[in-house]
Amino acid sequence: MRTLMITIGLIAWQIGWGQTTISGKVSDNKKHPLRGVSISIKDSYDGATTDSLGRFQFTTTEKGSQILVASNIGYKTLEQTILLGGTNSELELVMKEEVSELKAVVITAGTFEASDKKKTTVLSPLDIVTTASGNGDITGALKTLPGAQQVGETEGLFVRGGTAAETKIFIDGTLVNDFFYSSVPGIAQRGRFSPFIFKGTVFSTGGYSALYGQALSSALILESIDLPERSEANIGVSVISLNGGYQHLAKNKKSSWGINYGYTNPYLAFKLYHTVQDYTTYPIYHTGDANFRIKTSKNGIIKYYGYFSQNQLAFRTASVDTPGYKDMFQLKNFNMYHNFSYKENIGKKLKMYAGFSYTNNKDDRNGSLEDQKNEEVILPGLEFKKFGLKLKGDYLNGKLVFEQRLKGLAMLRFGGEYNYSSDRSYYTDYNSQEFDHKINEKLAAGFAESDIYITNDLAAKVGARLEHSSLIDKTNFAPRLSLAYKLGAQSQASVAYGIFYQSPEKQYLPGPVPLGFSKATHYILQYQKVSSLTTFRVEAFYKKYEELLKTVAFYGNQQMLATNNNGYGDAKGFEIFWRDKRSVKGLDYWISYSYLDTKRDYLNFPYAIQPNFAAKHTASLVIKKFVTKWKAGINASYNFATGRPYYYIGYDINSHTYKFDDMGKTPDYNNVSISFNYIPGIGKQNAKAFVVYVLAISNVFGINQIYNYQYSYNGIRKEPVIPSVKTFIYLGAFISFGVDRTQDAINNNL
Amino acid sequence: MKQIIGICIAVIVGTNTFSQSDKYIKTMESKLISVDTTVSVSGLTDLSNSFQRIGDAEKTQWLPYYYAALASVKSGYMQSMGGQVPNPTAIDQAADKADDLIKKAEELSKDNSEIYCIKKMIATLKMMADPMTRWQTYGPMAAEALAKAKELNPNNPRVALLEGQDKFFTPEQYGGSKAEAKVIFEDAMKKYESFKPESSIAPQWGLSTVKYLYSQCK
Repeated sequence: MRTLMITIGLIAWQIGWGQTTISGKVSDNKKHPLRGVSISIKDSYDGATTDSLGRFQFTTTEKGSQILVASNIGYKTLEQTILLGGTNSELELVMKEEVSELKAVVITAGTFEASDKKKTTVLSPLDIVTTASGNGDITGALKTLPGAQQVGETEGLFVRGGTAAETKIFIDGTLVNDFFYSSVPGIAQRGRFSPFIFKGTVFSTGGYSALYGQALSSALILESIDLPERSEANIGVSVISLNGGYQHLAKNKKSSWGINYGYTNPYLAFKLYHTVQDYTTYPIYHTGDANFRIKTSKNGIIKYYGYFSQNQLAFRTASVDTPGYKDMFQLKNFNMYHNFSYKENIGKKLKMYAGFSYTNNKDDRNGSLEDQKNEEVILPGLEFKKFGLKLKGDYLNGKLVFEQRLKGLAMLRFGGEYNYSSDRSYYTDYNSQEFDHKINEKLAAGFAESDIYITNDLAAKVGARLEHSSLIDKTNFAPRLSLAYKLGAQSQASVAYGIFYQSPEKQYLPGPVPLGFSKATHYILQYQKVSSLTTFRVEAFYKKYEELLKTVAFYGNQQMLATNNNGYGDAKGFEIFWRDKRSVKGLDYWISYSYLDTKRDYLNFPYAIQPNFAAKHTASLVIKKFVTKWKAGINASYNFATGRPYYYIGYDINSHTYKFDDMGKTPDYNNVSISFNYIPGIGKQNAKAFVVYVLAISNVFGINQIYNYQYSYNGIRKEPVIPSVKTFIYLGAFISFGVDRTQDAINNNL
Repeated sequence: MKQIIGICIAVIVGTNTFSQSDKYIKTMESKLISVDTTVSVSGLTDLSNSFQRIGDAEKTQWLPYYYAALASVKSGYMQSMGGQVPNPTAIDQAADKADDLIKKAEELSKDNSEIYCIKKMIATLKMMADPMTRWQTYGPMAAEALAKAKELNPNNPRVALLEGQDKFFTPEQYGGSKAEAKVIFEDAMKKYESFKPESSIAPQWGLSTVKYLYSQCK
């Protein structure tokens, strides 16, 4: 009987005392309960998952001193020693958020990013090519974002009251000198590079990183793609172009190479549409590019991208300078661009980025005045209409950046940049007199920048840049600072401050007196709220311009000579961006609005005034929808800008001063564009070819658009600068031969 | 009486000296019942955590991590379904967790057809979080994983299940086809019949899904 008692006792012990119940609650350091946390006794099976109130309870047969482990994604794993078998006390566990890139606050003041990766991304790379008003051009799509102006008569990005020259463009870290095709009077030129070669785009409308410089307003930072997804050949045919290419991915997926060739000739299109210009040589472009990419290690890659293009055009337009006569303009351009970049992890925490680029550009421009019979004439007082201008440029850019990872997410970046440029110009006037001009510049820069995470919710980026220009023999020091503070799970506030310098534009160098850098100081305040399907951001800015160039007349009023750095100005305003993929299923749209109040006194301005490239209100609406039934993507966009001022600045020879002889304001700018992408073969298995048809119509409603006004040399007459074609219809087919993976891709969810 | 005492002692001794591997098998078996039946996100998270605990304690078994990944990827699918617009962040978290777990399983068992099936499911889940921008990356990744799973074991019924599912859920405009899916599901059912799991806890799930989807192929 005693044995029985003992046995029963033993059983009771086994059941009652053998098991310990552990219960408790898990919260974060703000006392919010944490759900889905895995609780376990180390090296045992016992444990539980917390419920929506952060509570857990489980029993264990483990005894004695054990380690309790709490783990949850995004939190530091918590280990706590507990004594089992004693009293079942309620455990209160507090988990700390892990400092991770996923959760940490990211500095976003002034930047718009288009990439696949980061959560700060506002656009995807695909958005760049599917924005209706973008016409497949990188900067075209960026003009639908707040901060950028709708300037149609000149290429480039005019950001927050800045000129196009105040925006610099970088590919894989290095400066690109001739991003756009050579300027043609009155017609904005496209970017030279296909948007498809880039996987990441960072568009900074102010307060950008110390790694970049020589841009008073804005930096556009482009990152080229790594290895392609697969080997593929492609052909494209459109109303204005033909192109073909081949991309080869090695079997081991460690390297790739590719070549492309394109031919553009708008003969057909220009026969159909009335163009403002009367072309004697249609704009014909030959472009070719080649690339290779070699993966050197898990994180290392060598990339090469080489490009060449040759283009020419010639046209007549009615001359504003003298009624009844015509202006003849001719342009031939050759451009070559090579970019090497190398990225490698050279230590556990040290990364290296090296970039090198070389550009060779040749422009051959000719102008003349023609009579009604299209015969060249030289009229007294208008001799300057006859000219020849050859421009030759060689540009070398090198950059080396090291990125040292410090504690946690903290980071230190430092390095240097070297830009060499050689510009030669050969000007021939009406009586064959030649004027040669040569200018070399060596710009060296050093920079350092650190990302500091004070907490997961508060981050700072502190940087500085030191630059020396050999040409003007001056040095500048530009500090940059930005802060971001996380207000909630989805919202954050950022501020940015920075000083930015830019060398005088080459055409003013060397001046009759020593010239210095122009300077801009940016102050930016931003609030943003980003959920997975919506983005809202509002940004206010103040930009102060100092030491802008001032010019005086030279050769009558035809040439300008920079004489001092006494120009100044400012720009202030606010911008709103809203993107929504949630409200209507399958519909994706964004709205941007910019308010800009800017004045400047620079070049030959008599006093500070709103410059002719700045509109007070600018807005865009971009809509995208993919209709599964039709296998088609429909994109539409509406761009609006209030009128911009225009004026004629006359020179009074007696008083040697400038004055506004005439002034006005253009009508508001409205543009509605639509595009359709039709993909009939989508999902067809074992299809050898994959075709995308594109139909794009710009200015669908044929709204009259006046970009600006052009004055005659003496300011007596003016004429509106309008788009060369009112409504343009683009039709194209792009065929790729490779493995069609749309089937796997679209899969379950569409 | 002596008998009772004897039994009692046997029970005590027995439970105490239960060999570790028996305990492993028994625990796994008890959890596996829930794999095909749990449908709530929180239930699947709990299940995934349970398997992960077993995996962490055992250290040398790939199956607990495999099932932990499966439960996590399933919780992601649950979040991507339903009438509402899915929440990509939550889907990503489930997919990333599953990815961590399946990597642990793969370290313990290389070239495993079952593991490649999970990898396929993870890639598809990642794509579903943002199909328009991700299909070019995750589409091929999913196809590759499934092809590898098939290469490693052509008779794996779960490979057929996943192939059939792709056909079933893809709209016809994109090459999906209920009729073709039906043929694949029939083949899958045959494969389930002839499939001999290596042990009581080896992967054998999916037949009920195939049967359900097959019944919907009309």
